[in-house]
Amino acid sequence: MHIDKINQLNSFCSQVRRDIVRMVHAQNSGHPGGSLGCVEFFTALYKEIMTHSPTPFSMDGHNEDLFFLSNGHISPVFYSTLSRSGYFSIDELKTFRMIDSRLQGHPTTHEGLPGVRVASGSLGQGLSVAIGAALAKKSNKDKCLVYTLHGDGELQEGQIWEAVLFAAANKVDNIIATVDYNGRQIDGDVDDVLSLGNLKAKWEAFGWCVLESNGNDIVEVIETLNKAKELTGKQQPIVIIMKTEMGFGVDYMMGSHKWHGVAPNDEQLEIALNQLPETLGDY
Amino acid sequence: MEIKVLGNKDTRSGFGDGLTYLGETNPNVVALCADLTGSLKMGDFKSKFPDRFFQAGIAEANMVGMAAGLTIGGKIPFTGTFANFSTSRVYDQVRQSIAYSGKNVKLCASHAGLTLGEDGATHQVLEDIGMMKMLPGMTVINPCDYNQTKAATIAIADHNGPVYLRFGRPKVPIFIPENTPFEIGKGLLIQEGTDVSIFATGHLVWEAVEAAKVLNEQGISVELINIHTIKPLDEKCILSSVAKTKCVVTAEEHQVAGGMGESIAQLLALKNPTPIEFVAVDDKFGESGKPLDLMKKYGLHSSNIIEATHRVLKRK
Repeated sequence: MHIDKINQLNSFCSQVRRDIVRMVHAQNSGHPGGSLGCVEFFTALYKEIMTHSPTPFSMDGHNEDLFFLSNGHISPVFYSTLSRSGYFSIDELKTFRMIDSRLQGHPTTHEGLPGVRVASGSLGQGLSVAIGAALAKKSNKDKCLVYTLHGDGELQEGQIWEAVLFAAANKVDNIIATVDYNGRQIDGDVDDVLSLGNLKAKWEAFGWCVLESNGNDIVEVIETLNKAKELTGKQQPIVIIMKTEMGFGVDYMMGSHKWHGVAPNDEQLEIALNQLPETLGDY
Repeated sequence: MEIKVLGNKDTRSGFGDGLTYLGETNPNVVALCADLTGSLKMGDFKSKFPDRFFQAGIAEANMVGMAAGLTIGGKIPFTGTFANFSTSRVYDQVRQSIAYSGKNVKLCASHAGLTLGEDGATHQVLEDIGMMKMLPGMTVINPCDYNQTKAATIAIADHNGPVYLRFGRPKVPIFIPENTPFEIGKGLLIQEGTDVSIFATGHLVWEAVEAAKVLNEQGISVELINIHTIKPLDEKCILSSVAKTKCVVTAEEHQVAGGMGESIAQLLALKNPTPIEFVAVDDKFGESGKPLDLMKKYGLHSSNIIEATHRVLKRK
C-alpha cells in the first residue's frame, strides 16, 4: 500500500478514536475499551474492503457486502465509522445514548438508523443472523460477501458454536467472521473468567479456515481481509482471529479490562484527546 | 355457520400442506427446521423445494437467528419446531433478532399444549401464547382445525412482520369449511346467540362447539366466536358480542396467565367490565397421558366449558 493511503487511513482511525472517547464522555456511559481496539478493523472494512452503498441505505443490500456487529456494546466505533462513511450525519453522534436518539446504547434497526441491519447487544446472535443473510445471498445469486465481528468473551455463548457448526457443515463460504481477540471481558481476563483454550484449534476442528492478524495495524488488517476474500467460494467459511489491545490509542485505557464499560471524566477525556490528533474535524 | 364435521386430521398437517402451497406460489418463501421435519409435516416442502429448505439440526437458537438473517435479501422464512422450542427455548433470540429487529419471520410451532400427550410436561408448553403476545409487534395466531391452519399458514406469508403460528399434534375434527377466508385479527362467528359469549381458540374451539350443543339443549343461547388471532385481538367483535350477552367464557389450551382469556379480560376491564370465566390450565405443569384424559384432568374438556357457562350466568 502507498504511504499516502496508509497515512490517510490512520488519520481516519485517529478521528474515529476521538469520536469514541467524546461520545462515551458526553453521556458518561458506553463501552470505550473494545471500541478503541477495533478501530483499524472498522476503518479497513468501510474505507477499503467492502462494496457498500451508504445512501440510500438498503436493508436488503442486494449486490452489497454486508456487515453484522455481533458484540453490539462496541457501538461507538460502529456509529462513528458509519457516520464518517456517509450513512448519517456526523452531527448525530452527539445524540449517542440520549433519549429520542437513533444511536441507542446497542445498535438496532428499531429507530431506523441507516447501516444497521439487526439489533445486537444480547451476545451470541450475530453469527446466526449473518449466516442467514449469507444463505439469502447465495439463493439470490448475489456474489457479495457477509462480514461479522464478535468479541472473544462472546464466544462463551453456546449459540455461537451452533452457528459455527452449521456454517461449516453447509459450506457457507461467502462469510468472513472476525474475532476481536483482546483477551478481556467485563469481569477480567478471558482466561480467568472462562478460558477459550486453543481458539484456533477449536475453529479448525469445526471446519473453518482460520487466519490470524494483528488487529491494530491497519496494513496488516487490510492484507488479512484481502487474503480472506481470496479464500471465499472454496466450500469453507473463514474466520480471522484478530489480536487487538482493548483501549488501543489511549495509554491509560490499555492493558486492563477496567475500561470495558466505563467512560472517562473531563480530565481523562482531555488526556485521551491529547494523545489522538484531530484530523477530520470533531462533531 | 352450519357446523358439519368434514373429516379428522391434525392441525400440523394443515401447516405442512399450506407450506407446500406457498412453495408453489411464492418463490420468496423458505423453510427452516430443527430436526423435526416429519413431526412438523415439512417433508413435502423439503422434497419439492430442496434449495429453499434449511435443516438446522437440534440448534434452535441458530435456526431463529438464521431466519432473521434470511429476511435480509427478501426471503420469507418459516421456522418449524415444537412450540416449546419455538418460544421458551429461544425467547431472547426471538426478542432481539426478530421482534425488536422487526424481521419478517414466521415462527411455526407444533405440539403446543397438553394434547401433545405422552411426552409429558417438558414438551407441553402452556405459556407460549403469553410469551409471544408480550413481544411488541408480534402477531399471535392459534388456528382450530386442519382447514383453518392451512389457510392461516398461507395468509401469514402476505403479512409483513413477525408471526407466531401455533398448532398441535393430535387428529381433531375438521369443521371450518375449506373456502372460509382467513383474516388475521378477525374473530370468526361460529354460532350466534344471546345469553353468553364463548370465545375459544385452537383445539378448544371444537370443545366449545360440543359444549354449545349441550347448552342449547338446556335452553341457553350461546354465541360462539373463534378467536384464532390472539394478537391483534378483534376488539370490535368481542365488544359487540358482549354488549348483547353480558357475560363471557373463554376457552384455550394454555395457562390462564398470559392466555387469550387474559387478553379478553384486559379489554373488558377497560371498555366494558363483564363477568368472565376462564377455561384454561390453572398454574400447573402437565404430565404424560392420552390427550383426552389430560384435557379432562386439567379442565379443558367441553364439560368444563358447560360448567363455566353455568357459573358465569349466575354472575350476570
